[in-house]
Amino acid sequence: MTDTRPDPDLLLEMVQREQEKALRGKLKIFFGASAGVGKTYAMLSAAHQLRARGLDVVVGIAETHGRAETVALMDGLEVLPRKEVEYRGKRIAEFDLEGALKRHPPLILIDELAHSNVPGSRHPKRWQDVDELLAAGIDVYTTINVQHLETLNDIVGGITGIRVKETVPDKVFDQADEVTLVDLTPDELLLRLKEGKIYLPQQAEGAIGNFFRKGNLIALRELALRRTADRVDDQMRIYRQERSIGTVWRTQDSILVCVGPKPGAEKIIRSASRIASQFGVEWHAVYVETPQLQYQPNSVRERILKSLEFAQELGARTAALAGQQTERVLIDYARSHNLSKIIVGRDQHRSWHFWKRSFADRLGRLSADMDIIQIANIHPGTGIKTESPTQFENAPRSYWKSYLWTATECATVTGIATLLLPYFDLANIVMLFLLAVVFAAVKHGRRAAILAAFLNVILFDFFFVPPRFSFAVSDVQYLLTFAVMLIVALIIGQMTANLTYQVRVANQRETRLRALYEMARDLSSVLLPQQIVDISHRYIETTFKVKVAILLPDTHDTLQPTEAAAGVVPAIDPGIAQWSFDRAEPAGFSTDTLSASSILYLPLRAPMRTRGVLAIEPLHSGWLLIPEQRRQLDGFVALIATTLERVHYIDVAQEALVRIESERLRNSVLSALSHDLRTPLTNLAGLSESLAHSRPELPPLQYELAIAIRDQTFRMSSLVNNLLDMARLQSGNVKLNLQWESLEEVIGSALASCEQQLKNYRVDVRLPDEFPLLQFDTMLIRSVLINLLENAVKYTPPHSHIIIEAHLESNLARISVTDNGPGIAHGSEESIFEKFTRGVRESATPGVGLGLTICRAIADAHKGRIWAENIASGGARFVFTLPLGIPPTLDTEEKE
Amino acid sequence: MTTPTIVVIEDEKQTRHFLRLSLEAESYHVFDADSGNAGLKAAATRKPDIVILDLGLPDMDGVDAVKQLREWSNVPVIILSARSGETEKIAALDAGADDYLTKPFGAGELLARIRVALRRTISSEQTESGIVSVADLAIDLVHRKITVAGEEVHLTPIEYRLLSVLAKYTGKVLTHRFLLKEVWGPNQVDNAHYLRIYMSQLRHKLEKEPIRPRYILTEAGVGYRLAVE
Repeated sequence: MTDTRPDPDLLLEMVQREQEKALRGKLKIFFGASAGVGKTYAMLSAAHQLRARGLDVVVGIAETHGRAETVALMDGLEVLPRKEVEYRGKRIAEFDLEGALKRHPPLILIDELAHSNVPGSRHPKRWQDVDELLAAGIDVYTTINVQHLETLNDIVGGITGIRVKETVPDKVFDQADEVTLVDLTPDELLLRLKEGKIYLPQQAEGAIGNFFRKGNLIALRELALRRTADRVDDQMRIYRQERSIGTVWRTQDSILVCVGPKPGAEKIIRSASRIASQFGVEWHAVYVETPQLQYQPNSVRERILKSLEFAQELGARTAALAGQQTERVLIDYARSHNLSKIIVGRDQHRSWHFWKRSFADRLGRLSADMDIIQIANIHPGTGIKTESPTQFENAPRSYWKSYLWTATECATVTGIATLLLPYFDLANIVMLFLLAVVFAAVKHGRRAAILAAFLNVILFDFFFVPPRFSFAVSDVQYLLTFAVMLIVALIIGQMTANLTYQVRVANQRETRLRALYEMARDLSSVLLPQQIVDISHRYIETTFKVKVAILLPDTHDTLQPTEAAAGVVPAIDPGIAQWSFDRAEPAGFSTDTLSASSILYLPLRAPMRTRGVLAIEPLHSGWLLIPEQRRQLDGFVALIATTLERVHYIDVAQEALVRIESERLRNSVLSALSHDLRTPLTNLAGLSESLAHSRPELPPLQYELAIAIRDQTFRMSSLVNNLLDMARLQSGNVKLNLQWESLEEVIGSALASCEQQLKNYRVDVRLPDEFPLLQFDTMLIRSVLINLLENAVKYTPPHSHIIIEAHLESNLARISVTDNGPGIAHGSEESIFEKFTRGVRESATPGVGLGLTICRAIADAHKGRIWAENIASGGARFVFTLPLGIPPTLDTEEKE
Repeated sequence: MTTPTIVVIEDEKQTRHFLRLSLEAESYHVFDADSGNAGLKAAATRKPDIVILDLGLPDMDGVDAVKQLREWSNVPVIILSARSGETEKIAALDAGADDYLTKPFGAGELLARIRVALRRTISSEQTESGIVSVADLAIDLVHRKITVAGEEVHLTPIEYRLLSVLAKYTGKVLTHRFLLKEVWGPNQVDNAHYLRIYMSQLRHKLEKEPIRPRYILTEAGVGYRLAVE
């Protein structure tokens, strides 16, 4: 590679990986060659060290197998209680995932990563439990033996003759943050075994005894060491990549592995996975569905799909392709995806087909520029103890039926031909037989066409070629007729059958596309979630013949079944659905999570967030294993999700519009009201004052009355102001005119405004020097201060002492107005802030008690607090707080 | 000085009525108008010493009326506003009005403002002499010398500039925006905190009780003014 700059996509991926990693917990694996090397012991020792450093370590599950040394190590560690699960009448103590998530320690120890959970647990495998713990941000320490790694499983099986069923995908191992190899020499291990320090399960003592042979142990140790070395190698490569030393990840050398119908595909997939990880490239696994494969029994198809799934688990990108010729389809796929290495299994059973090239050869001829890697395809089961491979089912009965029909048709043609023989040449009679082959091909497929071809040649020879009613042929010329007839019949038959097949495939594809298109069209015009639910039900049910239900969340993100849902799919488990919704991951049937459920839960993931869950009850277990179907379902799901999101945003937009409109209305009403009320008040005040000062001078009583009218008018005016302010504040979204203000100035302004009322009071202001600027709406805070000062005047006798103080606390400013009056009635410190409550009920003291309510609304709007308290020396204190911000600095420098 | 003439532009009949009563009681010459256009005409023909303008006029926006008036006259304008919001007042002040009153207001308050405005016309002549004085505070604009009760006070250049702007417009309400523009330049009009900080410094140097200022008065939410005493 000439370009040594890092690939931007890779960098992005790296950044994303870093981010994800930062949130996830860290996984540390204690890795060993076999049981008994001391992994659990090492893990527990590490835990003790961390605990000594003050870390809150919890043992999630640890198998001591009664070993004294290990048991001793459990001392002093918190052990999470196990969960009892009932299975087939037995109570089994399992790791309690939910308990662990609830306890949420920073680090948890989980022994034996490869363990399979009891059916009915949330995940079938323990490594999936661990994955969930990591996703929740909990660090995990765990242990694993080399034979449990998926790709090494069959190699270990080959060495020891024992295969374990409990495996862990390599990606778990590769993505671990730390792997510590717990190593022990075979001799020491054997010594420990002899001393009885190693636990052997009763049932398989013999087999395991066989396992612990020195040769095996050496081989296992080498495997473990090498796997660890590979990881170190990977780390080195990643390190180089991150610092862009040398070449970056190669994208064009990727690997394609072809999965065929023959047993043993898993081995090829494992090898491909290993090769891909050694090269550090991505890999694809595909299978090509050809007409021949269409006639394979279901068990074969299922096995192929299982293999694909397995490949996916190991990290491959998978695809199912359809086409006539496997080689061509494969090469096309490889070219379009930039894959330069193709891995295929080596056929061994075709050796007697000496005229036929092997599959690899055919591939090689088509693609001179690609590397073809052949993997020896030893049937599992030879020399290795394993489950016997799935037996082929007998060819279905329908074949016999179609053969019978074909034979009948051939016989009919023979009959018709016999009737026509007197009038037509033999050459034309042959045409009739060819027609029969075409007919058989269209009607009964490729095999029937072959049968018809041979049958017709035989019938033609027997009944029509002289000497008739014998297989003898008088004229040698007829041999050519037979040959040509047979060849033509076979070719026509094959082509017709293929054509029919392709038409069928095209039809299916078209049906799928049409369903998608129609659903998209129908969804494009909906405005209500219920319509979406109805349309989705209709399309998914008719397309897949399954029962579906859509669950939508309420405002608290809790899923609510739609009305119809419970009726359609009664077995919905709200817990699983919620899990799927919260994690935005599929759950239930055919997934990694709670796969025992009969219902598949698919999250409806839209660009912004998950919008709901689609619950599907499939008809049979094989459903959805076919990638095409799965893809179509995914298409439906994506459509539903984006439509739900679109409808959601329509709602949001409408709400915003209504809010803006009502806000505008309220503001104009308030401002009109304010104007209309003030004008008569102004006149009243002005006119009464004019009256008071009218000439000739009024008698004292009349003068006093006029002045009283003026004063009451001003009181009325302040009441109106309070009411209007309250209305404005109560409307919720008050726009604060936030500025960096000086507290000293606003206090001064409030004092100036209350000058008249405060005439007879002693007011002290205690402000610390260098008080910082605060961010607030100066008119509103002034109003708070005026209200508090007026309150103090109202409830204390003249010549009382009022103190305004301000303090700085860690992140807020605390401003208080204190008086030395009678204080607040005990128990009403809080209720006085409620609307229309006053300190003394029914008293003659003026005020509606709206003042404090307004103060509270203003304090709330400033994200501050306000409260009242009585002080020990007598008197009331009203305190309000304002958040301290970081005041802007002065850009203009100035020296005295 | 002859009897001052006042033009009152106000559409509310009763308000006009009591304004006339109160003003005439102080023996001012009063001409009133019930619309903006009539008021502007009166202001042109009567050569008033003061114009009192209500912001809520039926035929034109009060702020526009101030702008039109300012095109040809420097007569002091006191605006009356019935709205509690500060934006309108600030706009009118920025357009050239000198002072404002929020309805409802007392006659005493109004007469006080009128006296300030009248005195301001006189003091602008005083400014020519270069000395502005408010009670004990004396600002010598020629020698750049500030004294409080005869004692000299040292100001930083910005503090001095701020005070000199206030002094130049003694008695007039100066908006935050106006002061920022005059002292710091048109690019700094949004940095209101400059003004708060320097105003505080200035008060601490000049005022005996900065919390109860005597010389530089706060017009809450609007601006400041230098008192006329």
